[in-house]
Amino acid sequence: MTKTPDKLGHFGIYGGRYISETLMPAVMELEEAYLKWKKDAGFKKELAYYLGEYVGRPTPLYHAERLTKKAGGANIFLKREDLCHTGAHKINNTIGQILLAKRMGKKRVIAETGAGQHGVATATVAAMFGLECEVYMGEDDIKRQMPNVFRMKLLGAKVVPVTSGSKTLKDAMNEALRDWVTNVYNTFYIIGTVAGPHPYPMMVRDFQSVIGQEARKQTIKITGKLPSLLVACVGGGSNALGLFHPFLEDKSVKMTGVEAGGYGLKTGKHAASITGGRVGVLHGNKTYLLQDEFGQIIDTHSISAGLDYPGVGPEHAWLNDTGRVDYTTITDKEALDGFKALTLSEGIIPALESSHAVAYALKAAARMKKSENIIVCLSGRGDKDLNTVSKAFNFEL
Amino acid sequence: MTKKNGKNRITGLFERLKGQKKKGFIAFVTAGDPDIVTSKKIIKELERSGADMIELGIPFSDPMADGPTIQASYERAVKGGVHLTDVLKLVSEVRKESQVPLVLFGYYNPIFNYGLKKFAKDAAAAGADGVLIVDLPPEESDELKSELDKNGVDLIFLLTPTSDEKRMRLVASKASGFIYFVSVTGVTGARASVSADVHKYVKRVRKYTDLPLGVGFGISTPQQAKEVCKSADAAVVGSAIVNVIARNKGPRLIKELGSFVSGIKRGI
Repeated sequence: MTKTPDKLGHFGIYGGRYISETLMPAVMELEEAYLKWKKDAGFKKELAYYLGEYVGRPTPLYHAERLTKKAGGANIFLKREDLCHTGAHKINNTIGQILLAKRMGKKRVIAETGAGQHGVATATVAAMFGLECEVYMGEDDIKRQMPNVFRMKLLGAKVVPVTSGSKTLKDAMNEALRDWVTNVYNTFYIIGTVAGPHPYPMMVRDFQSVIGQEARKQTIKITGKLPSLLVACVGGGSNALGLFHPFLEDKSVKMTGVEAGGYGLKTGKHAASITGGRVGVLHGNKTYLLQDEFGQIIDTHSISAGLDYPGVGPEHAWLNDTGRVDYTTITDKEALDGFKALTLSEGIIPALESSHAVAYALKAAARMKKSENIIVCLSGRGDKDLNTVSKAFNFEL
Repeated sequence: MTKKNGKNRITGLFERLKGQKKKGFIAFVTAGDPDIVTSKKIIKELERSGADMIELGIPFSDPMADGPTIQASYERAVKGGVHLTDVLKLVSEVRKESQVPLVLFGYYNPIFNYGLKKFAKDAAAAGADGVLIVDLPPEESDELKSELDKNGVDLIFLLTPTSDEKRMRLVASKASGFIYFVSVTGVTGARASVSADVHKYVKRVRKYTDLPLGVGFGISTPQQAKEVCKSADAAVVGSAIVNVIARNKGPRLIKELGSFVSGIKRGI
């Protein structure tokens, strides 16, 4: 494990705590609780129990042979986070945070959500532990991810439509922060990605690292060696960091984070914060942001709601600058091609977010040797995206 | 140019008020709402009607510490193309005719994006006396503070009902000008009444600092302003003023603003 972040949550120049004074004691209390409980045997046991018996871990590392053949190069392995309970990796983190919330005596949890996967994962664990739950979601995202909105409501959560700004994930996060500052004494804010004020980037990374820890053991068991390349999509970047982090010290393993290229970087309509952004401060941390010349945050675009965010986790910003991880982009159109390729060759319908990783892996595999292996984080399943995809393919449902 | 740290218009104001045994009235408006030309008239009117200090909001796309009223005013200003550069220009325009203490109020990203060194220099040159950044706690403020110090501009810090002894000490050790006490846990915006705990908090903060205390968030009526000034040195009124600006246009705007602001002033 690397020794990041520092005590104040910095990854190099990134990260930190840029929040209102009202919330400072709350994040410090959270940090203290997290550092205490993560070492506690009872906490670890309970977390392992729920990850195994409730989430369904370990998830398989599946050799996608027909996809491999299609690419015609390196072997493609899929880390099947889509098989987690609720259909995405997000629950690895919400289980961890709700166990903390319980120990901290909080009665109410709130969350922001883009694609709805984190909202569903939060509503799910809140239902299981009997806590009140409110999820903030941009009005535009509510329209494009209706199935997840229904799921959250069925699970007893209140879904609050956010109508300010661009009506997507960033605005949902603004609104969740406004809720937290108002209800700070009784409320636990379950952030869904490796962003926000310290300790969230570190804590969410740690909870998601189960992905990479499993994948590392599985790949050695199946192939007898480490993979040549890891590939994952990056919005905020929690599934990517979850896969990458346990491999960071393995110098031979290359890693690529795939950002949402939208209509293409040149059009300006994308959500690629690292590839197309500049350093700034938003939502509690310093990181790469998509902003105009005056420092106003600009509207992003991606076909995938889960990647449609103008920032990225601060550790990714740092891993980019140190050169340890490469960051690239895949456009909406390429992601749809990846979606189709995986669905038809393997019978696995991926989330549009994960389709970005699949699309890049197909390109990368073609350039690599047949003796090499790639692990792709298949972060979620695509059921929630059927409306978007059917529209894109002019397909009558 | 403002004078060296500790002797600028902010300190001067609070010394004068203390001498007169009076309390201060700090008015907040968003720069560029409804537009930058009207902003100048608004500032003039605020001063004429009794505001002792003016906080100028720097428009930002993502004002996560603000309630609906100020969010909407930021949105109007951003839509009108008003950014930090225009706000600094506005300050220097105002400075030609007025010595009212001016505090730039906002979020960190537009300032970080402008460049901290350049910002501190330009803010001082324009005639700003203080800077308050809601998402910049003392832990992350050293770089900006040292630039502002060099230019004699105060970095104003916040304390809140959640602040414990440790944080009060930390803020007191870095603060200059005055300390802004946030009267509620929550975002900006009008509230039905002032929390009865405010006086208790103010008393607590005074154990750690001799700096003047301004109390804000949720103060919208002359009665509320009067109430907080029983213990605080100044009351900050924001959303209620922004509301008057949102509801009125043209000459009527200035007239309504004047009458509202004079009302608050009488309360204090």
